[in-house]
Amino acid sequence: MEMSAYPLELPEDDRPMVRFMNVTKSYGALTVLDQLNLDITRGEMVTVIGPSGSGKTTVLRMLMTLETINGGVIYVDGKPLTHMPKNGVLVPANERYLRKARSMIGMCFQHFNLFPHMTALQNCMEGPVQVLGLPKAEARARSEELLEMVGMIDKKDQYPSRLSGGQQQRVAIARALAMRPKIMLFDEVTSALDPEVIGEVTNVIRKLVNEHDLTMLMVTHQMGFARDISDRVCFFYQGRIEEQGEAEAFFTNPQRERTKQFLSAVKAAD
Amino acid sequence: MSIWDFLLQFGGRLTSGTLYTVAQFLLASVVAIVFALLSGLGKLSRNRAIRWASIIYIEIFRGTSLLVQLYWIYFVLPLFGLTLPKFVAGFLSVGLNIGSYGAELVRGAIQSVPRGQWEAAYALSMSPAKRMIRVILPQAFVIMLPPWGNLLIELLKGTALVALISVTDLMFEAKQINGSTFLSVQAFGSALVIYYILARFLITPFMRWCERAMARKLSRT
Ligand SMILES: Nc1ncnc2c1ncn2[C@@H]1O[C@H](COP(=O)(O)OP(=O)(O)OP(=O)(O)O)[C@@H](O)[C@H]1O
Ligand SMILES: [Mg+2]
Repeated sequence: MEMSAYPLELPEDDRPMVRFMNVTKSYGALTVLDQLNLDITRGEMVTVIGPSGSGKTTVLRMLMTLETINGGVIYVDGKPLTHMPKNGVLVPANERYLRKARSMIGMCFQHFNLFPHMTALQNCMEGPVQVLGLPKAEARARSEELLEMVGMIDKKDQYPSRLSGGQQQRVAIARALAMRPKIMLFDEVTSALDPEVIGEVTNVIRKLVNEHDLTMLMVTHQMGFARDISDRVCFFYQGRIEEQGEAEAFFTNPQRERTKQFLSAVKAAD
Repeated sequence: MSIWDFLLQFGGRLTSGTLYTVAQFLLASVVAIVFALLSGLGKLSRNRAIRWASIIYIEIFRGTSLLVQLYWIYFVLPLFGLTLPKFVAGFLSVGLNIGSYGAELVRGAIQSVPRGQWEAAYALSMSPAKRMIRVILPQAFVIMLPPWGNLLIELLKGTALVALISVTDLMFEAKQINGSTFLSVQAFGSALVIYYILARFLITPFMRWCERAMARKLSRT
């Protein structure tokens, strides 16, 4: 599709929170995402599942703009994210545009990536103070409220090295939320955790689903959790959406052969 | 002449020389750290001019000898209209020379900060400068502190060369004393001991202290 065929803005009556439009990503000869089309509506919780290497992480990283895009456009809230309008057509976004555009999106990583030289509270305050320019007192109040929400308020002055994996991940969630994103991305946030602390992190995500009108996109290998909290499940296979559907229906009655195989293989592994 | 008589007679000159050496060391350290940071960051810059300027500086000062650099800065630059006092030429040469080695430490340390740290800072919408200053550099400092300890000791040793352009440092005084008294063992022996004490009992403990202070905050496992 020609670049000029992509709208500069999505029409009022057709504005999902996120729209992947023919998004292609390749590394050299390897095509990781192939003409991906995916809409996520406001407040929706979408879970991405699929075999290793199917492109799940890549989808999230493209939306966070951590990876450059090789084809297509991603729109967020009706506006282009990966591109910016110039002389009536979309051109690849520059650093300035990207910085503003991605501020609506927060991300949590498999390995937490807390800043080790800052306490839990400082980690949470960093974005609000340095990026949003909030006064310290306001950033602190906001951060403490979020640390309270994730159950980490009594550890707020600890450095990450003194926290368990589950605790670090909860701080990382609070840190991302402190930027007041409209979209949250979770990439296997429980995969690096000991089994007995997975619950403390999934409970926080459950809370977010119930109490906030965040739009969320999550990659997970925990099928039970995905089934519980997702509105929709997308099954990725070799860089394409092989099958997607409402969570309960997807798990009880998968249509495609590959989906069935994948689900039974995961079940067998559990 | 006993060592006590020797110290009684020449202690004042040795002390004054030591003070010059310490001053050369401190000033050269500042030059080295500033140039190491600038060119280490510059080598990673996306701007080609900055990258090349850094590479040229690093190549020239690492690829040639400190003594030649010292003579260039003191004897040759004046022919191009830039005359520096010997004291300044001294610490500037030593600082620039060690800075070019430090640049590689800076670059290496920045690159060994885990990628996830860049990504987390990026995901918070931090600008490239904020990412570097707030997130990457503090962690890079911790990584490069131990090798900087060694480099600063090299720098101290390097300052002995400034005696060759007649900066009245410790080495210069030792040579003068030797020249007038022929007490080589005492003259160069005291210089040896003083350099060793400066390196072993001042620089090393100071760097250890820095490492411990940083490690207290940041015990990455
Ligand atoms: N930086 C990169 N360079 C080259 N290939 C890459 C890079 N990042 C990812 N890939 C490739 O892209 C494909 C998709 O990777 P991705 O990380 O999205 O998979 P995934 O579905 O998240 O897998 P997993 O379940 O193992 O996390 C894989 O084949 C991977 O090897
Ligand atoms: Mg992945």
